[in-house]
Amino acid sequence: MSADLTRRTAADLAADLAAGTTTSVALTQAHLDRIAAVDGGPDAGVHAFLHVDAEGALAAAAASDERRAAGSPASALDGVPIAVKDVLATRGLPTTCGSKILEGWVPPYDATVVARLRAAGLPILGKTNMDEFAMGSSTEHSAYGPTRNPWDLERIPGGSGGGSAAALAAFETPLALGTDTGGSIRQPGAVTGTVGVKPTYGGVSRYGLVAMANSLDQVGPVTRTVLDSALLHELVGGHDPLDSTSVDQPLPSLVDAARRGAEGDLSGVRVGVITELSGEGYQAGVQARFEESLELLVKAGAEVVEVSCPTFVHALATYYLIMPCEASSNLAKFDAMRYGLRVLPEGVDSPSAEQVMRATRDAGFGDEVKRRIILGTYALSSGYYDAYYGTAQRVRTLIARDFAAAFEKVDVLVSPTAPTTAFKLGEKLDDPLAMYLNDLATIPANLAGVPGMSLPSGLADEDGLPAGFQILAPALADDRMYRVGAALEAALHERWGGPLLDRAPALAAQAGPTDANGASA
Amino acid sequence: MSTSTTGDVLVDYDEVLAAYDPAMGLEVHVELNTATKMFCGCPTEFGAEPNTQVCPTCLGLPGAMPVVNAKAVESAIRIGLALNCDIAEWCRFARKNYFYPDMPKNFQTSQYDEPIAFEGWMDVLVPTADGGTETVRVEIERAHMEEDTGKSLHVGGSTGRIHGADYSLVDYNRAGIPLIEIVTKPITGLGAQAPEVAKAYVAQLRELIVALGVSDARMDQGSIRADVNLSLAPKGSGALGTRTETKNVNSLRSVERAVRYEMQRHAAVLGEGRSILQETRHWHEDTGVTTSGREKSDAEDYRYFPEPDLVPVAPSREWVEQLRGTMPENPRARLARLQESWGFTDLEMRDTVGAGALGLVEETIAAGAAPQSARKWWLGEMARRANDSGVEIGALGVTPQHVARVQAMVDAGELTDKLARQVFDGLLAGEGTPEEVVAARGLAVVSDEGALSAAVDKAIAENPAIADKIRDGKVAAAGALIGAVMKEMRGQADAARVKELVLEKLS
Repeated sequence: MSADLTRRTAADLAADLAAGTTTSVALTQAHLDRIAAVDGGPDAGVHAFLHVDAEGALAAAAASDERRAAGSPASALDGVPIAVKDVLATRGLPTTCGSKILEGWVPPYDATVVARLRAAGLPILGKTNMDEFAMGSSTEHSAYGPTRNPWDLERIPGGSGGGSAAALAAFETPLALGTDTGGSIRQPGAVTGTVGVKPTYGGVSRYGLVAMANSLDQVGPVTRTVLDSALLHELVGGHDPLDSTSVDQPLPSLVDAARRGAEGDLSGVRVGVITELSGEGYQAGVQARFEESLELLVKAGAEVVEVSCPTFVHALATYYLIMPCEASSNLAKFDAMRYGLRVLPEGVDSPSAEQVMRATRDAGFGDEVKRRIILGTYALSSGYYDAYYGTAQRVRTLIARDFAAAFEKVDVLVSPTAPTTAFKLGEKLDDPLAMYLNDLATIPANLAGVPGMSLPSGLADEDGLPAGFQILAPALADDRMYRVGAALEAALHERWGGPLLDRAPALAAQAGPTDANGASA
Repeated sequence: MSTSTTGDVLVDYDEVLAAYDPAMGLEVHVELNTATKMFCGCPTEFGAEPNTQVCPTCLGLPGAMPVVNAKAVESAIRIGLALNCDIAEWCRFARKNYFYPDMPKNFQTSQYDEPIAFEGWMDVLVPTADGGTETVRVEIERAHMEEDTGKSLHVGGSTGRIHGADYSLVDYNRAGIPLIEIVTKPITGLGAQAPEVAKAYVAQLRELIVALGVSDARMDQGSIRADVNLSLAPKGSGALGTRTETKNVNSLRSVERAVRYEMQRHAAVLGEGRSILQETRHWHEDTGVTTSGREKSDAEDYRYFPEPDLVPVAPSREWVEQLRGTMPENPRARLARLQESWGFTDLEMRDTVGAGALGLVEETIAAGAAPQSARKWWLGEMARRANDSGVEIGALGVTPQHVARVQAMVDAGELTDKLARQVFDGLLAGEGTPEEVVAARGLAVVSDEGALSAAVDKAIAENPAIADKIRDGKVAAAGALIGAVMKEMRGQADAARVKELVLEKLS
C-alpha cells in the first residue's frame, strides 16, 4: 500500500483523500517511510533531505484528517504532504540554505509561501538539500554533502534545487517547493525527469526566501506532473503585502489551463523555437527529444515557427554580473552578530567584532559563495559600477525587449531546458565556467521576469538519462505554459505508455542513518 | 592662540577670519514621528526596553523583506516642499553597503542618486549686531529618506566609544526608524557669521519640522541630529579646502560651538603648514571639543546600487499638490503675524527667536497664557535654567501647557511669582504636574482670611511705630508690615490682599 501511495500524483492523492480511500496520516507516513528507505545521508542514498520533520508532518496530517472528517478541508490539497527547499524560512524548523554559516538557525517566522502551505493543510515532510545559498547547478555546493540523482546515484540531480527535484524523482514526496534564480527549479527538473515551474517574477511572494539575487529569484512548484504544478502554483501564488515586488492582480486560472491542455488540442497556438537556444552546444540526445516534442505539438494543432532572440547570447554574462552584485550585498548580513555560526579567530585574546566577522565568514562560506561575493563586491565598486552593473542592466533591458518582440509573433517560446543530461558528480566541480553553462537556456527568463516551465521530453539515446523541454510565456501569462505543457505531457505519456519516471531504476534501500533528522542534525 | 582640553591648538577667532574664508555644509537627520518604522510595522516609540520593538525585517533576519511606509514618504515630501524643493516624479531606494554591528543587514537602505526632494532653499533669519535681523539664503541640495541604525552601547573603557570598550551592546529598537536627511549645498561667504548662521539654520529648520508636525524634533533625544562639515580656504581664493565632518552635534548651542571650534582648529593646523585630514570627528558636548573619529578615505566605498526588494517611489503630481496645501506658512510671514498678534517689540521678538522659544511661547499662548506672561517665563526663567544646565530650552521637561497652567494659577491668585518659581523647580525635578507639585510642596497661597487676619494683627502689634505712621496716612509705610506678614506666612500669601487688610485695619 505504501509504495502505491508514494507513486501517485498530488492530484490523485487529493482525490483519494476526498473520496476517503486514504488518510493524510497514512500517506504522510508512507512518504516518511520512503524517505527512511532511500534517502540515506551525505555518503550514500539520494540525500534529498537536510532535515526531516516526521513529528510535525504527522501532527499536521492528523489535524488535516480531523478537518476532513468534520467536512471542512482547508484546501484542495489539504493533507497532501510537501517538501520545502531549505532556502525558505520555516518557523521552528532549521533553515540552513545549504550553508555552514546558518547551521542550527531556526527561524522565528514562516516565509509567506510556507504560511500558505500550513494554512492550506499540507504537512511539511522536511527541508530539501541545495547548493549553498542556491549557488550552483549540481547541489554539490551544499555544505552538507551532495544530493544524488535517483536515475543514477553517481550523477548530479541538477541545482541549486537538486534536493527538491530528486525527492520527487525518488518518490519521497508528491510535491515540493523550489526557487529559481537562473534555472534552479527548471534545470534540476530536466535532469531528474520531473516538472518544475518558475512563475512570473512577482507572481509568488518572496517574503521569507533567503535571497540570492532579489531581482531574479522566484519561488515555484516542483512536481511530477504539469497539473500538480498548477495546483501548487495556485495555492502559493498571489499578492503578498509583505513583498513589495509581488504583483497585485489575480492569477489566471492555472489548473483550468492545465486541464484544458491535457485534452490535447492546441489549435491556434503559436509556438516559437528560440534559434539561439538549441543546436550547437546541446547534447544530441537532448536535441533529438526536443525535436520530437515539437512534432507532437504540431500534431496537437500548434503552429511551430523559429524565432530569433539575438541578445540571449549575452544572457549568461549579464546574469553573472547582476546576480553576484545583489548576492554580495545580501550575504553581508551573515556576520555572527545576531544568529548562525560564530567563529572566534585563533590566537586572538579578545577579538573585535570585525575579527569575529572575518573569521566566521571565512569558515562559514564555501568557495562558490566566496567567489560570487568577490565578483559582486568588485563589480559594484566605485569606478567599475557603470562598466559592469550598469552595462548588465542595460543588456537586461535589451533581453526583455527581445522577449517582448518574440511574444508579438508567438504565444509561447520553447527550447531544451538544459544543454545536457545529468553529468557525473565531481565532473565539473573544478570548472565553474562549465558549470555555469548549464543555465544557458534558463537564465533569459529570470533576467526578463517571464515565467518558465520544464517538463520531461524523454531519455537521451546516448546515456538513457532524462532530457527537459522548456516552455516560456509572457509575464503574467503563466496559464499559457500550463496549457501547452499539459498537452505535450499527455502526448508524451501516450507515446511512452505512462510517465517517464516509471522507467527510472529501482532504488536500493539504505542501511545508513535514516533517522528523522537527516544529515544536518 | 590657545589649547583645547584635548591638546588641539586653536587660533584666535579674529585671526582665523583675517586669513581664511570658512565654508560649511550641514547635514541634518530628522527622525520622523510615524507610528511604525520605515520598512516594517514595528512601533517607533522612544524609550522602550531594548530589543522589544523588532521583527524579522528590522532585525535583518534571512528572508525578511522591506515595505515602504507611505506615511514616511508623505512626511518626506512635505519636508521637501517646505524647503522649496522639487519633488521627484520617480525615485528609488539604494543600498549603502558597509559592515557595522548596529546595522542588521550590513547595508543601510537609503537613497543615493535619486532623492525624493532636491534643489531647494531656506531663508534663515540671523540676528545682526545692531539688534535687527538679516536674511541668509541657505541652498538645499537634497532631502532623502533612509532608515536609522541600531544603537550601540560600548561598555567599559573610559570614553564610551568602541575603542577601549570591554564589550558592546546593541539595541535594535532604533533600527529602521524613518529618517529624513537634509543636506545643504556648501554655504560660503559668511565669514564671522558662519557659526551663528549654522545655529540659526538648524534652529529654524527645527521650527519648520515642528510646524509640519512630522517629528518630535527633540535634539536631546536624537530625533534631530546635525553633522557639521567645515573647511577653510585662504581668504579671497574662492576655493574649497579639505573638510572635516563633525558628528553627533546634539544641541543648537553646540552647532554654533562646533563650527567655531573646527574653524579655530583648522586654522591652527593649516597655519603650521600641515594639511587637514578628511575625517569624521566627534563632538563632545561636555568639553566643547572635537576628537578624531574614523578616517574617510578613498578606501571607503559604499557600493551603492538600487534596492531590488523595493519598487520605485512615484508620487503622483496630484498627491504632491495636495500636500503642498498642507504647508505651514513661511517663517517670515509667520514671525510678522505672531509679532502683530502678541504685540512684541522687535527686540522681544528677536530674543524669543534667538532663544529657540518661538514655538514654545506660541504654544503657551495657545494654552491660555497672556503673551507677555509667556515670554517672561520662557525668556527669563526657562532660558536661564536651560543655560545653567546646558540643555535645550525645549528639553527642560517643562512644557508650554505647564507654563500656561502655572500662569493661570498666578492670575487666579493661587500662586505668587515667587511660589511659581518653586513650582518650576518641582517640574524640573520631575515631580509631576503643576497641581501635584503645588500639593506636594504645599505651595498654595493662603486664602484663609482668619489666618491672614491674625497674622496682620500680629504684625501691627509687633510694629506699633509703623502702624502709627500708616494711621497718619503714610500708606507707603505699609510695605514693612506686608513684608512681616509674608514672612510669617512663609511667602504663601497674596501680597495684594495683605495690603488691603493692613489698610482696612489701620484706616
